[in-house]
Amino acid sequence: MEKVKVKINGISVEVPQGTTILEAARLAHIEIPTLCFLKEINEIGACRICVVEVKGARSLVASCVYPVSDGMEIRTDSPKVLASRRQTLELILSDHDRKCLSCVRSGNCELQKLCYDLKVEDETTYEGERNHYEIDNSSAHMVRDNNKCILCRRCSAVCEHVQGIGVIGANERGFTTNISCAFDMGLGETSCVSCGQCIVACPTGALYEKDYTDEVFEAINDPDKYVIVQTAPAVRAALGEAFGLPIGTNVQGKMVAALRRLGFDKVFDTDFAADLTIMEEATEFIDRVKHNGVLPLITSCSPGWIKYCEHYYPDMLDNLSSCKSPQQMFGAITKTYYAKKMGLDPKKIVMVSVMPCTAKKFEIGRDDQNAADVPDVDISITTRELARMIERVGLNFLSLPDEEFDDPLGRSTGAAVIFGATGGVMEAALRTAVETLSGEELPNPEFVEVRGTQGIKKATYHVAGMDVNVAVVSGLNNAKTILDEIKTGKSNYHLVEIMGCPGGCVNGGGQPQQPASIRNNTDIRALRAKALYDQDASMPIRKSHENPSIKMLYDDFLKAPGSHKAHEILHTTYVKRAINPF
Amino acid sequence: MGVKTSSVAFTGTKEQYKKLLGIIAEHKDDKGALMPIMQKAQDIYGYLPIEVQSIISNEMNIPLEKIYGIATFYSQFSLNPKGKYVISICLGTACYVKGAGDIYNKLKELLNISDGECTPDGKFSLDSCRCIGACGLAPVMMINDDVYGKITVDDVEGILAKYE
Repeated sequence: MEKVKVKINGISVEVPQGTTILEAARLAHIEIPTLCFLKEINEIGACRICVVEVKGARSLVASCVYPVSDGMEIRTDSPKVLASRRQTLELILSDHDRKCLSCVRSGNCELQKLCYDLKVEDETTYEGERNHYEIDNSSAHMVRDNNKCILCRRCSAVCEHVQGIGVIGANERGFTTNISCAFDMGLGETSCVSCGQCIVACPTGALYEKDYTDEVFEAINDPDKYVIVQTAPAVRAALGEAFGLPIGTNVQGKMVAALRRLGFDKVFDTDFAADLTIMEEATEFIDRVKHNGVLPLITSCSPGWIKYCEHYYPDMLDNLSSCKSPQQMFGAITKTYYAKKMGLDPKKIVMVSVMPCTAKKFEIGRDDQNAADVPDVDISITTRELARMIERVGLNFLSLPDEEFDDPLGRSTGAAVIFGATGGVMEAALRTAVETLSGEELPNPEFVEVRGTQGIKKATYHVAGMDVNVAVVSGLNNAKTILDEIKTGKSNYHLVEIMGCPGGCVNGGGQPQQPASIRNNTDIRALRAKALYDQDASMPIRKSHENPSIKMLYDDFLKAPGSHKAHEILHTTYVKRAINPF
Repeated sequence: MGVKTSSVAFTGTKEQYKKLLGIIAEHKDDKGALMPIMQKAQDIYGYLPIEVQSIISNEMNIPLEKIYGIATFYSQFSLNPKGKYVISICLGTACYVKGAGDIYNKLKELLNISDGECTPDGKFSLDSCRCIGACGLAPVMMINDDVYGKITVDDVEGILAKYE
C-alpha cells in the first residue's frame, strides 16, 4: 500500500494512505481522545472531542474520520485544540444529569474520564435550560436514562448496524433531540431482543442493566431460603477485568471462592447444563436427520437470538432446537432432580444465575420455563452485577485462593466451557454427535474450522457416510444473512449455531464494559475466547457425553436423552411475535 | 412511556391503504426512497400516524424508529391530522411582543391540545407559525382563510365560538 509522510506534533511518521489522523497519531504513540467513535460501527465525527489542528485547514478537524494526506502537518496538543475539547465537554455537561456519585458507571464512565483528563474544572460553566426525561423501565433487562445520554449514537449504531434491529434512534431535532424508540414506546414494547450490546457500547450511565444485587443479598440473608448459584462459561473469562486483570484472564477459581464467601449455599457451574444441552441437542439433531425432521436444526442457547427469531423470522421457529438454554436447564434440574436428591423443597430454593448476558433476565420470565411448577431460575444477574456484589462486601478478589465448584452439578467438561465463544456449542455438539453416529472415538476432539471471531463460519464434515454442512453465526445482522440464505434455498445446512452477540457470550451485553479506546484497538472477543479454549485444552474430560455427573443424571433420573421426562423438564416452546405494534 | 398515538382515531380506508402499497411497490428499490414515500404517504392520509408509519416499516423492512426519527426531525411531516378548522397563531417577533404567547397558551388551554395536535373530534388543529406578513395587525391568528388581527386573550373564546 502506498505510504504518505505526515508530521504529528513535530514528529515525522510514515503511514499508509487512507489512514485517519486518529490512527496515524496512534502510530506516533499519541492517543487522541474520542467519545462518539466506535471503529467500523459509529464513524460519524459528531462529538468533536477528537478535534486536531491541521496546518492550512480552515477549522479544527475531527481526526476520527479525517484521512491523512502527504505532507500534512498536524497538532493534537495545541492550546487551541485542548481548549476546544474542554469547551465541548462543558457544553455536554450543561445538559447532563451530573449525579456522578450514585451513577452505576462512576469510575468507568468515559465522559468522567475525559473531564478529568482535559481538566474540566467547573461542570456548571454553561448553566441554562435542561432536558428532563422520563426513565424507561419498561423492559425486563435494562434501564434507559436519557438524562445521562450525550447523544453519541453508539447505542443506536450498534442496534441498527451490528444487530440489524434498530429499535432505538435519534428523534426530534436540535435541543430536544433524544435517543428513544418510535412513538415514545418503552423498550419493552418494541422488538428489542434484550441483547444489551447498547449497554456495553454506552460511554456513560445512560444505559444499564436492571440491577438485582439487592434481591440476591436478601435471599442469601433469608434463613428459610436455600440459595444456589450457577455461573455461565463466559463469566470466568471476563470477571477479572472488573478488578483490573488483563482481558482474557480466566478467574474461575477466584470466582468460585468469592461466590462461596458471598454466602451462596451451593456454587455450581452452568457448564454442567451445557453438557446436558449437548446430550439433548445432539440427540434431537440425530433424530431429525434420521427421521427427515426440519433442518437445519438451529441452536437455542442464546435468548437474544431466540427473541430475534420470534420477531423477525417467526416462520422459522420449527428450525429452533426445543432445548431450553443451559441457564434454564440448570434451574430445571436443580429444582427437580437435585431438590429430590437432597430432600429440598423446590419452593425454598432460590436459583441465581450469573450470566454474561442481559437477555437472560428476559428469559427467566418466559412461559414454559418452570419444570417444578416454580420458575426454573429466580434471579439472573450479569457479570457486572457479580463484580459489584464482590466489591460491596469488601472481598479482596485478587488475593482470594482458587477454589473448586461443588459436586455434583459443578462438574463439567472442556466441551461445556467453550460454549462461551462463538462456535463452541457447534464444536461441543460435533464432539458428541460424531462419536455417537460413527461409534468410534475421535482421534482429536478439536474442530478448528468453527473457531475464531468471524461473524459467519461454514464447514462440512464427513460423518458416518454423510456430509454434514454446518454454519456458525454470531451477531444478529449476520444471522439475518444466513437465515435469508436458508429461506431462499441458497444453502443446505444441517446444523446451525447462532449467538445473538458478536463473538458469542464472551462479548455479551452483561460483560464488564471496556472503553472505546480499548474496544477500537483490541479484539476483546478473541482474548476472552482464548481463555476458554485454553481451559478446554487443559481439561481431562473434553466431551459432554463423558461427564460422569451427566451419566449419573440420566441413569438415576432422566433415563435417556430425549426421553419423555427429559422433554418435560429440559425442553420448551416458542411464540410468534410481531416487529411493529401495527 | 407508552405508545404515543394520535389524539384523533385513525380512519384510514382500504383505498388509501392500496394506494400507499402501490407507491411503496413502485419505489421500494430506489435509492433514498424512504423520504419521497413518506411525503406521498402524507399526501394520501394527510399525516403520518403510527398506523401509516408501520405500513411503511413493514413493507420496506425499515425499522419503525428510523421512519419516526425522520418524521420528527422535519417539520413538514406531521404526526397528527389537520382539523376541519386549522388555527395558525403567529409567534413571530412582532406578534410575540404584542402578547401572542398568551393567546397561544389560551388556545392550548381551551382546546386542550398542544402545538401540532388536533382535538379528538377532528374540529380544530393548532399550529404556531412564524410571521404571516401582517405585522401591522399584530398579534395575528388565522383560522383557515380568516385572519384575526389585534386580538386579545379575551377575544379568543368568542372567535372559536364562531366555528362551533
